[in-house]
Amino acid sequence: MLTYQNTYLDDLVDLPNTLDHMLEDLLGSQNFETLGLHSVEGVWPLPQSITSSPERYPLNPQAFYFTYGSQSAAQEGCSVLDEAFKRYFSLIFPDYSSGYGFLRFSVDKPFTVQVSVGRNDCDSYPDEDSSEQYTLSVSAGQAYLKAETVWGALRGLETFSQLVYQEDFGSYYVNKTEIEDFPRFQFRGILLDTSRHYLPVQAILKTLDAMAFSKFNVFHWHIVDDPSFPYQSRTFPDLSAKGAFHPMTHIYTQLDVRRVISYARMRGIRVLPEFDSPGHTQSWGKGQSDLLTPCYSGSTPSGTFGPVNPILPSTYKFMATLFKEVSSVFPDSYIHLGGDEVNFSCWKSNPDVRAFMLKMGFGADFTKLEAYYMENIVNLTAALNRTSIVWQDVFDYHERIPKDTVLHIWKGVPASYEAELRAITKAGYRVLLAAPWYINHISYGQDWRNYYTVQPLNFSGTEEQKKLVIGGEVCMWGEYVDATNLTPRLWPRASAAAERLWSDEKQTSDVDKAFPRLKDFRCELLRYFSFSDNAHGIPITHHRTLFYEVCLTYTDASVSLRLQAGYPGRASLCRTLQTRVPRCLIITDHVTFLSI
Amino acid sequence: PTVDCLDLCQMLTAEPVFQASKYGSLWPLPQKVQISEVSFKLSSASFRIVDAKASSAGPSCSLLQSAYRRYYEYMFGSAKKQWGSKNNRRSDPSDLTELQVWITSPDSECDGYPSVTSDESCEYLLFLVHVMFYRSLETFSQLVSEDEYGAKSINATIINDFPRFQHRGILLDSSRHFLPIKVILSNLETMAMNKINVFHWHIVDEQSFPYLSRTFPQLSEQGAYHPYTHVYTPADVKMVIEFARLRGIRVVPEFDTPGHTQSWGKGQKDLLTPCYSGSKPSGSFGPVNPILNTTYDFMAKFFTEISTVFPDGYIHLGGDEVDFTCWKSNPDIQKFMEQQHFGEDYSKLESFYIQKLLDIVASTKKGYLVWQEVFDNGVKLKPDTVVHVWIGGRSDKEMSNVTAAGYTTILSAPWYLDYISYGQDWQKYYKVEPLNFEGTDEQKKLVIGGEACLWGEYVDATNLTPRLWPRASAVAERLWSAKNVTDIDDAFNRLSLHRCRMVERGIPAEPLFSSYCLHEYKGV
Repeated sequence: MLTYQNTYLDDLVDLPNTLDHMLEDLLGSQNFETLGLHSVEGVWPLPQSITSSPERYPLNPQAFYFTYGSQSAAQEGCSVLDEAFKRYFSLIFPDYSSGYGFLRFSVDKPFTVQVSVGRNDCDSYPDEDSSEQYTLSVSAGQAYLKAETVWGALRGLETFSQLVYQEDFGSYYVNKTEIEDFPRFQFRGILLDTSRHYLPVQAILKTLDAMAFSKFNVFHWHIVDDPSFPYQSRTFPDLSAKGAFHPMTHIYTQLDVRRVISYARMRGIRVLPEFDSPGHTQSWGKGQSDLLTPCYSGSTPSGTFGPVNPILPSTYKFMATLFKEVSSVFPDSYIHLGGDEVNFSCWKSNPDVRAFMLKMGFGADFTKLEAYYMENIVNLTAALNRTSIVWQDVFDYHERIPKDTVLHIWKGVPASYEAELRAITKAGYRVLLAAPWYINHISYGQDWRNYYTVQPLNFSGTEEQKKLVIGGEVCMWGEYVDATNLTPRLWPRASAAAERLWSDEKQTSDVDKAFPRLKDFRCELLRYFSFSDNAHGIPITHHRTLFYEVCLTYTDASVSLRLQAGYPGRASLCRTLQTRVPRCLIITDHVTFLSI
Repeated sequence: PTVDCLDLCQMLTAEPVFQASKYGSLWPLPQKVQISEVSFKLSSASFRIVDAKASSAGPSCSLLQSAYRRYYEYMFGSAKKQWGSKNNRRSDPSDLTELQVWITSPDSECDGYPSVTSDESCEYLLFLVHVMFYRSLETFSQLVSEDEYGAKSINATIINDFPRFQHRGILLDSSRHFLPIKVILSNLETMAMNKINVFHWHIVDEQSFPYLSRTFPQLSEQGAYHPYTHVYTPADVKMVIEFARLRGIRVVPEFDTPGHTQSWGKGQKDLLTPCYSGSKPSGSFGPVNPILNTTYDFMAKFFTEISTVFPDGYIHLGGDEVDFTCWKSNPDIQKFMEQQHFGEDYSKLESFYIQKLLDIVASTKKGYLVWQEVFDNGVKLKPDTVVHVWIGGRSDKEMSNVTAAGYTTILSAPWYLDYISYGQDWQKYYKVEPLNFEGTDEQKKLVIGGEACLWGEYVDATNLTPRLWPRASAVAERLWSAKNVTDIDDAFNRLSLHRCRMVERGIPAEPLFSSYCLHEYKGV
């Protein structure tokens, strides 16, 4: 420890320089090589193939550039990549962007990240076939990022940002690295439920940011359900005016929805809307009369309502109009139609429904009625050129659904969802797995381990069958979740599933090896979300970065000022300055600190 | 689909449906409430909170003055909102223009610290309000309701209130994860909203020693997660204590020994017992070394500092979960055991240590709390020792034993809030009856309260507040309200509103079940 004492006013005026001198003292006294313990394994989710060497290159935010390769199909003006360059610059150099960037030791040579894509899909939306493959090669002064699509380039930029680390003294480095990467599964989703609790748009956007950090690519928006209908429809404004928790403050306007979709697009994330019917529709009934089935108690209507009324032509007319709107608002080629948990008791109680059953020859089998309804709805969306996703219930009671429908498995323990995977893929349907990732179910301890050790293809079936598993989804149902607890409940638990869905299973089978990597990744997430404690206005940088601290003590006419600089876990430098200054000198934040 | 079948079946029978409670959003429920139909309007421009003429506290009582402002802002939002409205309107008789606060005891305790004997009871009639301490302001603010036009009103109400238990605490653990000061302060704020009056600060433990000691600065320099960013400086501690005082909350620090002390050893040589592997020291360390005089010299100096830094009359000394294996391995300890005729009974050695520690702390004029093991192991305790019951399973038996031995006690066993589970577990905490054990009335009087504990293994600033609230609110009502306040549906209705009020006041308290707040959490 080096200590300086009894220096006077000149030093105080020259505070930044003083700090620099202290840093030089400190720098001179340490062996750099022993400090750079950064490991490339820090990338989460783990790339398919990664080789790196201890050779490393300094990055100076003032001499760091993103450029387009000359052969790249996308060039400057490509909205997705131009925006991404800006975003990732701030993510790579968080301290620089937040005003802590005054610490410069030398002017380094420039470092360029050259991005080349094979297709100019800058203005399109990511879809089910979009390639997310990329290669990344980091060498002296340069990194080459090549991808087929801009979406692949986004994944590569995310990886690059995770490769960069900050030295304990505040300098940035990246190691010589070669990466070839692509996702194991095409569909890697997160479901948010905005019906059981309303989530402010800001909370959704923040989740989209975090999704990009873990390379999730589908936001499954379970936008309406029994409790509320927050989607403001252009065609049927009464649905939210009467069905939302509050018609003004608890709705998603068309503008809100567009904002979510475009924010997601910029991050290579698809927005998959779900309008679940015929069950889970209590809130729909408030704004659309005659849509729901009137329940009967004996021979008179009881005043309560059940699922959507499947026997009225008006129902299908309404649905056709609504889904026409939905398909024009949401650009994704998939629509989620729900179809789960239909309670038959209300249908059974209704004499008109029973008469319809007779007429159609359904007997007393209400699953046939449900199948009849779903078939109609699936055909409606097919006519709109949309692929339907439905919950597994639809397959369980009905095998005549169109072949390109995707089934979504949500029920049960491993044994039962594995059986379901087998059955559905055997029937030739594509399938999406959510059952093991019901992340709203919380428990004490490190439950992320359960999400991590899932083996989505661990069912008996042919290679062809396994190819039908298009991916998985983390579901955050909303009974107990709103903006107050969504983020800490979702992250980093969902990141465990992210690695399972992106990375090679063999390379990531050891949950204990994943633990330290996930721990680091969580700290990175905190840094991105700038979860900082700056309650006292004392400038403190975060995590592995250099810190400096000013401690003031007053006596009547003088102030003693102690400066400390150092880095976590090691010796620090202290310098005490004593001088006569006016009592009103209060150091409130780092800006004042710098301009003393 | 959001629930599996089993859950679904439970939901269908138990799904709570919100209905307005006749007690509105009052939480915890006062001892006696009568709310009439007569309603008064409250206008932000004319409403004042003032000291009653006969009150023993006046404008110089900064504690009350700052509370007035805080509660004015809770009720009407920040003053900024009112800039637009000119108030030329005369108040009419249906306006309530004044809340008079009358501190009736001769000593208002304005500049003191709340203590275990502070009277928190109050009684008030609208217009004329007797207030004996801080709590009634929170109650008053909870009576104010807002209609759909944003107009505030309050019904004529008579409340006579006092807490059922004197010690209503929350334990936060700042060792397993460091908790930034900001988080502690905002939780103190929330404790006040729930009439919690003890902040049990489990400040150090195995993992880290963030308390910056003036006498032994090396403890945090070496033992904190980070010597500058992850410590509580004397100024930080002072700030927490004063912030708590202004809200009528005691700060009881815990310095747990002889176990749970790995982090102490980093900065204080020879404090911990060297463990042996065979005949050689293994390089690892166990609990505090009870056989060295230096240990007691250190503790005496250390607790002298603690007794001056923390003004509360009590210090929590821990004493839980001492692992004997290291002591057993150490030849010096073995020899000492022989000299003292302890045989193979290492709990005697533990008692030996604790006894000496208690004498040290007693000499600083502080009372102390200890975890139940200290009592279980038969350590001689001062009569005013508070035994803290935490081990689940048969905690009723333990309560019975502790009180039969004549010790006062507080209960935490059923309120380990760090154990999370799916669903409305607040109901489980709510249904606890602390006096549900075998014992005489005299014994039951020895139960002075309880504490909700939020241990820190899986909790830091990112998730602490939503995990604690409103689950801890359930404990708060159990400890404040009358024994017969057990209607879980009425509790659900009031707690739903209470949690929305916390959200509106900027606290990310998590939801009870599918529903909404008029003003959702904005701090995303």
